[in-house]
Amino acid sequence: MTALTLQNVNKSFGKVEVLKDINIEVEDGEFVVFVGPSGCGKSTLLRVIAGLEDVTSGEVRIGGELMNLTPPSKRGIAMVFQSYALYPHLNVRKNMSLALKQEGQSKQVIDERVAKASKMLNLEPYIDRYPSELSGGQRQRVAIGRAIVREPKLFLFDEPLSNLDAALRMNTRLEIANLHQQLDASMIYVTHDQTEAMTLADKIVVLRDGRVEQVGSPMELYNNPANQFVAGFLGSPSMNFFPASLIGESADITTGIRPEDLFLTDDGPISAQITHVEHLGGDTNVIAQMQDHQITARLFGQHQVTAGQPVRFGYAVDRTYRFDPQGVRLS
Amino acid sequence: MNKARTNPLNTTAMHGALILYTLIALFPVFVIIINSFKTRRAIFREPLALPDADSFSLIGYQTVMKQGDFFLYFQNSMIVTVVSLTFILLFGAMAAFALSEYRFKGNLIMGLYLALGIMIPIRIGTVAILEMMVATGLVNTLWALILVYTAQGLPLAVFILSEFMRQVSDDLKDAGRVDGLSEYTIFFRLVLPLVRPAMATVAVFNMIPIWNDLWFPLILAPAEETKTLTLGSQVFIGQFVTDWNAVLSALSMAILPVLVLYVIFSRQLIRGLTSGAVK
Repeated sequence: MTALTLQNVNKSFGKVEVLKDINIEVEDGEFVVFVGPSGCGKSTLLRVIAGLEDVTSGEVRIGGELMNLTPPSKRGIAMVFQSYALYPHLNVRKNMSLALKQEGQSKQVIDERVAKASKMLNLEPYIDRYPSELSGGQRQRVAIGRAIVREPKLFLFDEPLSNLDAALRMNTRLEIANLHQQLDASMIYVTHDQTEAMTLADKIVVLRDGRVEQVGSPMELYNNPANQFVAGFLGSPSMNFFPASLIGESADITTGIRPEDLFLTDDGPISAQITHVEHLGGDTNVIAQMQDHQITARLFGQHQVTAGQPVRFGYAVDRTYRFDPQGVRLS
Repeated sequence: MNKARTNPLNTTAMHGALILYTLIALFPVFVIIINSFKTRRAIFREPLALPDADSFSLIGYQTVMKQGDFFLYFQNSMIVTVVSLTFILLFGAMAAFALSEYRFKGNLIMGLYLALGIMIPIRIGTVAILEMMVATGLVNTLWALILVYTAQGLPLAVFILSEFMRQVSDDLKDAGRVDGLSEYTIFFRLVLPLVRPAMATVAVFNMIPIWNDLWFPLILAPAEETKTLTLGSQVFIGQFVTDWNAVLSALSMAILPVLVLYVIFSRQLIRGLTSGAVK
């Protein structure tokens, strides 16, 4: 069964079209990540699914039921917000139990679910504290707990990690992945961070300017991008693009090579001048200038190269991508 | 920390200026209070002297208590001020919430229309207001004053509060919606507590002009049983003879309740309960 179906969803604010003809399916238990640059409409799409915005046209079905006009609380969803959005005047326990009280659950059920969620998220020591007495990471866990207790069909995460520092972000990312395994619920996760998208997703939806650019598993998108935008958006450092004429092909084709597919070799076809070297220990990023195009190579291990040095890069021809002038991938 | 800010010379100068301003502001109040405790002759002989054994007298307070229904006036003023403030804050906040939260046709026009009230003094419409009150039979009732003061206070209240409500995190309101709270619960339980400092500001701004107003009580409710304190005190001011003891005593007593209300609101001004709500 499908947890969520979006059919020809359009959304405009006045004359501004924010979402254009979106068609997405989310299967039961699937972890779907919406990713795209800021302003691409991914948060609006999430709010449409949550019922916080109405669609201008199209259908939103959750668990098979048409939900276009259903208020958020009746959609069987729970949402985790970027800014946590905890109720400042309620303690952790009450923050988590408020929605259940609104649903009219019995006290026994409420206590049971709150206890289960707080155990799962290690929130037991803080259960009687107020949001102002918690650290950022703890607040985020309370926000997640508030979603879990509702036992929704669909979890919605709106950039839940972007307010956390780097170390905490990685831990919380793992926690969310664990949570997904334990709960076996469908989750939709919005982020602009491609690392989060690649690591968490069963399925990634890449959005740009209110349109779906490509849908697929992380490796599918990485290995087989449909266009230049998706190719450049996923992967870090991002893919190198340059006119194919530089490697002796037709001039109106753009060639793309991932930085990890370039290697140093004395007789490689690409000759360039190194402008910058990033030694990361495990690997080395070499930024070089090829005529007036900057290219980045990600070399495994440590390499003794310095800025200003001329180098030649080689690559395997089957690891190159070719795009037409509109950015569509050519096979 | 900025070095200039912690410089002791600057701190002294800053406090000096503030203390000077406080003294200037409090001086008239001080003169009123000391003179209210003096005999009539002492008031005129040495207006700035503190009351001593010779000049001490409670005659003013006795006159006030005896003459006129001072407690009734007091009660009238209190009812008018408190009820008007309640209405201004309640309706002002509701209108501000609607303007800042919902997208609807004419939102901007409505906001501008409400803001227009800030620029046009309500007293221009006195004659029309009086005619309206006569027609509705509200003349010489406290409701006449309450309605006028509420109308007078709403534009500024809506203007200030809608600005503050725009700053309340959208996520918080949306979290409430996802959790199944009604719009009223979101307004009363989530948004109002977060804009409490702004509410207190609006309350203080509106309270003092309402309490001190002489114009509308004189025109709309001059009857004995609806006189406000300010209007009631006027009986001691005559065309030829003024009972200064009584006027000063009445004024001294009139200061007290505003002071109490002010203290209540200013505590809210300072208290910041918002931390930890978002981020």
